[in-house]
Amino acid sequence: MQLATRATIDSPELQPNGSLSVAARTPRQIIWRHFRRDRLAMVSLVFLGLMITAAITAPLVSRYVVHHPPNTLYINETLDQFGVPKGPNHLFWFGADDAGRDLFVRVLYGARTSLVVAFFATGISVLIGVSVGLVSGFYRGRVDTALSRFTDVIMSLPVLLLALGLVAGCGLSSRGCLGGLVRPGLLLVSYVIALFNWPYVSRLVRGEVLRLREKEFVEAAAAAGSSNFRIMVREVLPNVVAPVLVFTTLIIPNNILFEAALSFLGIGVPATTPSWGKMLSDAGSIFTVAWWMMVFPGLFLFLTTLAFNLVGDGFRDALDPRTIR
Amino acid sequence: MSTHVAERTEAAPRTDRAPLLKLTGIKKHFPLTRGIIFQKKIGAVHAVDGVDLEVYPGETLGLVGETGCGKSTLARVIMRLHESTEGTIQFEGRDITHLEGKELRALRRNMQMIFQDPYASLNPRKTVGAIIGEPFRLHGTVPKNRIRDEVKQIMQLVGLNPEHYNRYPHAFSGGQRQRIGFARALALRPKLIVCDEPVSALDVSIQAQILNLLEDIQEEFNLTYVFIAHDLSVVKHVSDRVAVMYLGKIVELAPGETLYKNPKHPYTGALMSAVPIADPDLATVKKRIILEGDVPSPINPPLGCRFHPRCPRAQLPICAEQEPQLLPQHPGQVAACHFPLEDRAVITEDIETPLHKAEDAPPDGQTAAKAPDPSQWEPGNAE
Repeated sequence: MQLATRATIDSPELQPNGSLSVAARTPRQIIWRHFRRDRLAMVSLVFLGLMITAAITAPLVSRYVVHHPPNTLYINETLDQFGVPKGPNHLFWFGADDAGRDLFVRVLYGARTSLVVAFFATGISVLIGVSVGLVSGFYRGRVDTALSRFTDVIMSLPVLLLALGLVAGCGLSSRGCLGGLVRPGLLLVSYVIALFNWPYVSRLVRGEVLRLREKEFVEAAAAAGSSNFRIMVREVLPNVVAPVLVFTTLIIPNNILFEAALSFLGIGVPATTPSWGKMLSDAGSIFTVAWWMMVFPGLFLFLTTLAFNLVGDGFRDALDPRTIR
Repeated sequence: MSTHVAERTEAAPRTDRAPLLKLTGIKKHFPLTRGIIFQKKIGAVHAVDGVDLEVYPGETLGLVGETGCGKSTLARVIMRLHESTEGTIQFEGRDITHLEGKELRALRRNMQMIFQDPYASLNPRKTVGAIIGEPFRLHGTVPKNRIRDEVKQIMQLVGLNPEHYNRYPHAFSGGQRQRIGFARALALRPKLIVCDEPVSALDVSIQAQILNLLEDIQEEFNLTYVFIAHDLSVVKHVSDRVAVMYLGKIVELAPGETLYKNPKHPYTGALMSAVPIADPDLATVKKRIILEGDVPSPINPPLGCRFHPRCPRAQLPICAEQEPQLLPQHPGQVAACHFPLEDRAVITEDIETPLHKAEDAPPDGQTAAKAPDPSQWEPGNAE
């Protein structure tokens, strides 16, 4: 109710000429106004903004603020005679890992890895998934049968085994495979993750499109003279944005964790590239004496995941005209 | 109804003019298939099964029939939203049955449609301004910078507040949404508007407003309507001529007054007897013809006359073997029946009934009070 009283889109405003009228706003303004009202989502958005800033400025911070490069081993400074690293202190803010590297710098760099996977891999899978789902749901019939069987095939592949094979196959030589098109490293990992993720997006979108295309507004658009492409993009697509957005916030953490799993198995990002997932795996054997090795990467992984979810929720509410009162 | 709906008073438009829309032998069959990868056709739903129809400029042609008789499919075939299985559609004398691409787009300017469900027919993600302005953007009939003004003008025309340009459809009531749908159809200044049950989802009090709006606009823009409904009193108010559909075929077509006062096809007779009467005294006297059984499946429509399994007047074997053709009965009236109903007494006695009286009590009510009991009607001779 508090929200309702604060809502201003529909409240009449007194015009200079004395008549009551409703201010006209663009849809984007309306969505933004409602998103802004969701405090948790706003806080999460700010947090994600900070994480992105941190990821971008990680080299600057490591060089000019803490003066510790991510892969330098500070064995004398951080490890005792048994090889147990030191905890957080004024020089090593998050402590050090078992190899004597600055955990703070590595967590910053880890944000890069995770966010690249989060945006790039998820972006590719959403792009493919939405396109395939849209086409197969819209055209139905044979097109749908062909595309749906294809997604079934992808979904029935043994993900981890194939990922191992792909990454190993393409990652062995530094020139990569497919004539240098795919190179080992973070991008390869992103492609592999995207390859196994898009069928889920596609299924979701297909179902939505099958439902939506029976609505009369699709016929109305056709009757007005819209082409199939225009109907798909202008009429149907805006209606699947909300579920896709919410689903995306769910697969982002999954993808971050998938990257971690691949890294854990030694086929993810190269050993010198810090990644939260890998840090967590490394901490597994030693966290009883060095809690910080698990807490800091874990905390950031958790917060980033949560923030993506809350932002997604906020967007869903703001995009859904029915929740706008 | 809170608003009085003016009954049609003008005479039916002369039908000697060239028809605006002409359907010849239109069929639409939806295939039934079985199998997942290798689909086998195992039959077809005969949604529309041979319809001949002419619509004249400036008239309102009502199309009535039970749910599932193919009215909406016919509307979509006319609009070229469904490809017809057989037959030809002519618009202004031009064959448009298989138009494609640019030509089809150009045709869309002349033909528009109003949909039944005011909730499903507006994209919930687009503002009213975007919905009504879409036809302009598609056809470029109005320069881009003028679209906004043009849309606001149309909104005013259909009784919407132009200030609501940026609102989403959810903020509107059913009646207002239907006005939005009407505004969208009007945007391109079409010649023909196909109304697919435009008021059946609305409150009765709102129905009258929308019907009046449709009539006012029709006069202003010289529109032709194909008006589909299952509510007989609604069709009666708006239509010049009424076509009755049963199982994918037109069984009777007549000027509105004639059809309501003097139906020839037994199915029409039964439909008319089902119109509720506001006057309780008349209602008790009125005889209803209750049809037995359900509408047969359009997958396997009955042979001969499609209505014969339910018809109180059917005579075997002729009705089950020979398909009746649409034959002239009275001027402007055609019916497809081997044994059409006799003329009701009322047509000679009460044809001059004052119109407001007719408004209060539908003519069939009066008919029933004076005409012989329908169950005693004798089979007449087909003309």
